Amino acid sequence: MKYIIAIIQPTKLEAVKEALSHIEIFRLTVSDAQGVGRQKGHTEVYRGHEYQVNFVSKVKLEIALDDKYVEQTVNAIVDSARSGKEGKIGDGKIFVLPCEDVIRIRTRERGVEAL
Amino acid sequence: MRNKYFTTVLIGFGLAVLLFAAFSLAQTPDAAHGVKDTAKAVIAQASAPAPSPAAKIDTGDTAWMIVATALVMLMTLPGLALFYGGLAKRKDMLNVMAMSFATYCIVSVLWIAYGYTFAFGNDVRGIIGDAAKFMLGGVGSNSVSGTIPEFIFVVFQLTFAAITVALASGAYIERMKFSAWVLFSIFWLTFVYVPVAHWVWGNGFLAKLGALDFAGGTVVHINAGIAALVGAIILGKRVKKELKPNNLVFVVTGAGLLWFGWFGFNAGSALAANGIAGAAFINTNTATAMAAIAWMFTEWMYNKKPTILGLASGAVAGLVAITPAAGFVNIGGALVIGICAGVIPFFMVAVVKAKLGYDDTLDAFGIHGVGGTIGALLTGVFADPAINPAGKGLLYGNPAQLKIQFIAVATTIGYTAVVTTIIFYVIKVLVGLRVKPEEEIMGMDQSEHGENAYNF
Repeated sequence: MKYIIAIIQPTKLEAVKEALSHIEIFRLTVSDAQGVGRQKGHTEVYRGHEYQVNFVSKVKLEIALDDKYVEQTVNAIVDSARSGKEGKIGDGKIFVLPCEDVIRIRTRERGVEAL
Repeated sequence: MRNKYFTTVLIGFGLAVLLFAAFSLAQTPDAAHGVKDTAKAVIAQASAPAPSPAAKIDTGDTAWMIVATALVMLMTLPGLALFYGGLAKRKDMLNVMAMSFATYCIVSVLWIAYGYTFAFGNDVRGIIGDAAKFMLGGVGSNSVSGTIPEFIFVVFQLTFAAITVALASGAYIERMKFSAWVLFSIFWLTFVYVPVAHWVWGNGFLAKLGALDFAGGTVVHINAGIAALVGAIILGKRVKKELKPNNLVFVVTGAGLLWFGWFGFNAGSALAANGIAGAAFINTNTATAMAAIAWMFTEWMYNKKPTILGLASGAVAGLVAITPAAGFVNIGGALVIGICAGVIPFFMVAVVKAKLGYDDTLDAFGIHGVGGTIGALLTGVFADPAINPAGKGLLYGNPAQLKIQFIAVATTIGYTAVVTTIIFYVIKVLVGLRVKPEEEIMGMDQSEHGENAYNF
């Protein structure tokens, strides 16, 4: 099993969700995230004073799945989360981690059964 | 250590309250007294023609003044508390609101105890009122002030005193101990607000000199603004000197409530439901709208974006600047005052403050001190005798008025600066001024109150 963490642009959430449901990935966790990266921040102005805001809003997706779905899932996210053909700095990253075990709380099922 | 001081302060204040309560029980209000004296005070604030010798309650005036008084109360709670609270960091919001709330309550009690009599009692050498109305002695249901019940006049003036003290808090937030603030409220009301209110409105020496201050340019805004600046300098800079509003929605709501309440503040300062109240009402609205627009466009040109905080700040600066002028100037004067109030305070807070380096957290000096000075001086220029026969400015052939305004402004600035400095050093000795740096970083809601504005 693998655990995928994807950091994407907030504007791409709908597109990514749709792309994932096309390949029948329906189970995911979404949260608001903030981060610093090559995109740098933006400035905010309060009463004429500029403040550099380094943290940029992102959306974090977390998906646990069987090894055989990893490639298509990663491709679906990359295709749907990229800005335009070339992509842009700030489009995000995908991390693929090994996943030791999964337990469904309701039934105590374990492993692939619980996904 | 800290707890010991806290307890001392609280017990001291509690004892004082009990003492006053005992005094009040010992005295029975006497309806016949206090009629003539307060009539003088009315002239001073409203600059209205002298009331007829047989002072009588006017029901229309009374109805309006009851509403106006409630409107001014709304300016402090929740108006100013939201305006300032929303501008604070999220970990300090409750502390900022508590400062306004506690001050309103402290001033409410001290005002009826001795604030009112020392500000509006019989004049003693132009400096202070006498103690005849200590604990409102001699003031009863039949006491009349001008054409309204004296009780209403007392509360109306009380709401002014409360917001003036609360305004200064904007410069001190995010680092001042709450116990120090409580002591500041008591001392500053007693030694700064009360005498200055007497000089200008209680038939004191500035009133006799002919200074025009319709609703509080010198007494309220310059007074609070200078206290803000002096206190901010003595307190020193915060660990992290920045203005990061936790909730601009609160700020806008608060600014709206201030504007709404200010109709009571300015139009109510006519102390009657009459044409001068009408002039003050329309001037207040006009100057405020003009100032908000002027601030917005200045910021748009200077920082490339018009901000909602800019609109709200400009509106407050406009309200401040029109305050001394509201019942004296015509609509043209109101527009000019509004433009000045939108442009000058903007550069004061955006450019000058940064250059000088003092940490006036919420620009209480930049907006109230500077806006109040603009308004007080321009009243001497634009006061139109056709609006109010009591005021005649430079443009209407009376250049001496501008000089008198200047003297009133300079006197207020000098007195407030000196006495506020003394008060701050006394508080520093008594309980200390600032929280520890770690408490400042963790937030004052936690360190001072043990509460959080937002919980899961």
